[in-house]
Amino acid sequence: MKRRSFLGLVGAAGLGASLAPAAAQAAGNTHFTGYKDSFGVVFDATRCIGCRKCEAACQKVNDLPTPKKPFDDLSVLQDHRRTDAKTYTVINQFANPAAPEGKTFHKFQCNHCNEPACASSCFVKAFTKNPDGSVTYDASLCVGCRYCMVACPFYVPTYEYDSALVPKVQKCTFCHPRLEQGLLPGCVEACPKEAMLFGKREEVLRLAWERIRSNPGKYVEHVYGEHEMGGTAWMVISPIPFAQIGLNEGLGVTPAPALTAGALGAVPIVVGLWPVLLGGLYGINTMRERAVKKEKAEAVAAAKQETQEAANAKLQDELKKAEAAAQKKMDAEIKKAVDEAVKAKVAEMEAAKGPSEGDQKEAD
Amino acid sequence: MSDHKPDVSTFTVDPKYLTKDGITGLARELTTKEKILEAARLHPVMATLLIMGGLATILRFTFGLGTVTNLDDNNPWGIWISIDLLCGVALAAGGFVTSAACYIFGFKKFHSAVRPAILTAFIGYALVVFALNYDVGRPYRLPYPLFWSQGTSSLLFEVGLCVFLYLTVLFIEFFPAALEWLGLKKIRNVVHSLTIVLTIFGVVLSTLHQSSLGALFLIAPSKVHPLWYSSYLPVYFFVSAICAGLSVVIFEGMLSHKYMHAKMDKMTIEEHDGVMFGFAKAAAFVLMGYFFIKWVGVAADNNWHYLGTGYGAWFLVEVIGFVFLPAVCYAIGYREQNPTFVKVAAVWTILGIVVNRLNVSQIAFNWQLPSDLRYFPHFWEIVVTAFIIGLHVLLFRLIANRMPILYTHPDYADHDEDVAEPAHGGGH
Repeated sequence: MKRRSFLGLVGAAGLGASLAPAAAQAAGNTHFTGYKDSFGVVFDATRCIGCRKCEAACQKVNDLPTPKKPFDDLSVLQDHRRTDAKTYTVINQFANPAAPEGKTFHKFQCNHCNEPACASSCFVKAFTKNPDGSVTYDASLCVGCRYCMVACPFYVPTYEYDSALVPKVQKCTFCHPRLEQGLLPGCVEACPKEAMLFGKREEVLRLAWERIRSNPGKYVEHVYGEHEMGGTAWMVISPIPFAQIGLNEGLGVTPAPALTAGALGAVPIVVGLWPVLLGGLYGINTMRERAVKKEKAEAVAAAKQETQEAANAKLQDELKKAEAAAQKKMDAEIKKAVDEAVKAKVAEMEAAKGPSEGDQKEAD
Repeated sequence: MSDHKPDVSTFTVDPKYLTKDGITGLARELTTKEKILEAARLHPVMATLLIMGGLATILRFTFGLGTVTNLDDNNPWGIWISIDLLCGVALAAGGFVTSAACYIFGFKKFHSAVRPAILTAFIGYALVVFALNYDVGRPYRLPYPLFWSQGTSSLLFEVGLCVFLYLTVLFIEFFPAALEWLGLKKIRNVVHSLTIVLTIFGVVLSTLHQSSLGALFLIAPSKVHPLWYSSYLPVYFFVSAICAGLSVVIFEGMLSHKYMHAKMDKMTIEEHDGVMFGFAKAAAFVLMGYFFIKWVGVAADNNWHYLGTGYGAWFLVEVIGFVFLPAVCYAIGYREQNPTFVKVAAVWTILGIVVNRLNVSQIAFNWQLPSDLRYFPHFWEIVVTAFIIGLHVLLFRLIANRMPILYTHPDYADHDEDVAEPAHGGGH
């Protein structure tokens, strides 16, 4: 049972690492730049006039609730707004003294990353990067952990905080259902100024660079989203630095999955090696304990034996001594007895023989 | 020996739970309602926490997160993640640290600390999962990532899988205490024989999810202040969790000795100083190591220039004030064998962990947003967090007052030490 559960974990962790797209690419030495023939949009900030027609179209095609202030109320542009669970796109106004009206606008919506942070971070695979370029969300899987919102560098996913039990994450879908029907995204279709260039991503990117090159001084020489976070389907060209229209210029070009690939890759290594190291440590300690026990036992046995031997030797010694003493005593007794017997005999004989005894003595 | 079994064979009614019957004038047992009121009178803080927690629960599940939290589209994670999850898991690291020290690294002298540490960890993890039910939008779908749709490229998937598995491991590790309490000797011995395997499993799982909690933020380099964002985040979270675990074992021992001394046996009391100073020494070393690797992160990304900013000052407060100084305090406590220093250092380190987790997930997170768009916890968010902490204390006391946690059950004294005897006889 323990072996089975261990193998299960190894399998799960190994699977986790091998399925991580970034890890697989790192190993495969390839560079993913988005699905071939996927759609893209370039938002040209020099063309947008802040009419909010795109916002209205978005609300309509996505059946979103009608906002309190109507879409022709342009006073909302004064505030720096963001999208929420009922709004998929907003236009924000920024100061630009060089522009005719003194302002430049930016349209905020999901940028539909080539390798989306939301999809990479979702622990139930609720987000999908579709071959048409859109990033869509499946509410039937969502647990509502909001890690996608933490992960997204563009602060795009929003959440239905007012729903107690069935909240959903909400964001722009690139009008994925409309794209499938061969229709343009709602906002793109509604724009009266053609501020959004829609087409194959590679194509609109090429056109964006053409605009920049053929209008020297009109644009900042950068297509925001070409490489940011590994590249996005929605990109921006702007007359003023991107930071001045509310975009983060410090995102870097590393796609989100690559940021976590190392940590994920460490998982199977830990699963594989920790039991060996810890088992080894346990083994070493057990062995040492056993060795100590054995040494102790041996020392005790040796000491016991030594004591025994010493005792035996002493006993032998004592026995010998006692024997010798007894022998000596016995000898002495025998001698004494013999002497006495001899003396008695002599006395007896002397008494019997009388003078003749004395003559005999002299003759000796 | 067996007459020392506290509270398992005999039952007596404490006189304070008896009252005169109004009619007969005879003493009778209190009704359940009266018992609850009496308990509430004796523990007003706990009672308030439970009532407020209940209220917050009702609000959360009828009106949603929008009513009880200050979370918004820019700040999707609040203190329920920062404290209940990030701090909760880090502070529950005492379970794997203590069992690894005792069973794998061979510090047999820490044996009496294992069960309380495992219990603290088990309750801690169980409450982390409980608290997540408040935070996620659809708590009934929490098993989805495990059994329905596995998002294996997500660090949160790894956290979820490991926390789920580790909670199971902790339950099995804790199980012998419950089985001894119930007197189920045979099953208990089977479960007990799994100790080493479970301990190793626990260390593997803890390494993974403790570090993964830090790795969660790797995906958002543009949102976390550079002084806190580092590719070493997983290592920082893991190493600091060890410090947290060691400190919590000391802290828990300190509280248990103060409030549950009567429940302890001779061995637990005799080993207590050894555990305290042993863990203090370990914590001093690990904190010092952590202190140095924090600077490795600053150096690796060449973030020195940020130290001159306001965030830099706050970073120094964290790294010196809540890592270096407690390490020194531990070291002095160990060298002088001074329990006060050790206890102060333990509380200090625990605070330091809270500061660090709050920094990574709140204070340094979204640091570039204007201050009016930043997050501050709602009253009910604080209530729920306090409620969870209160539940932890309550559950620990309920279990440790009944099961053999702070003493060795005399029928199962199967380690090298002599059979332990309760120091003050059984019972309260």
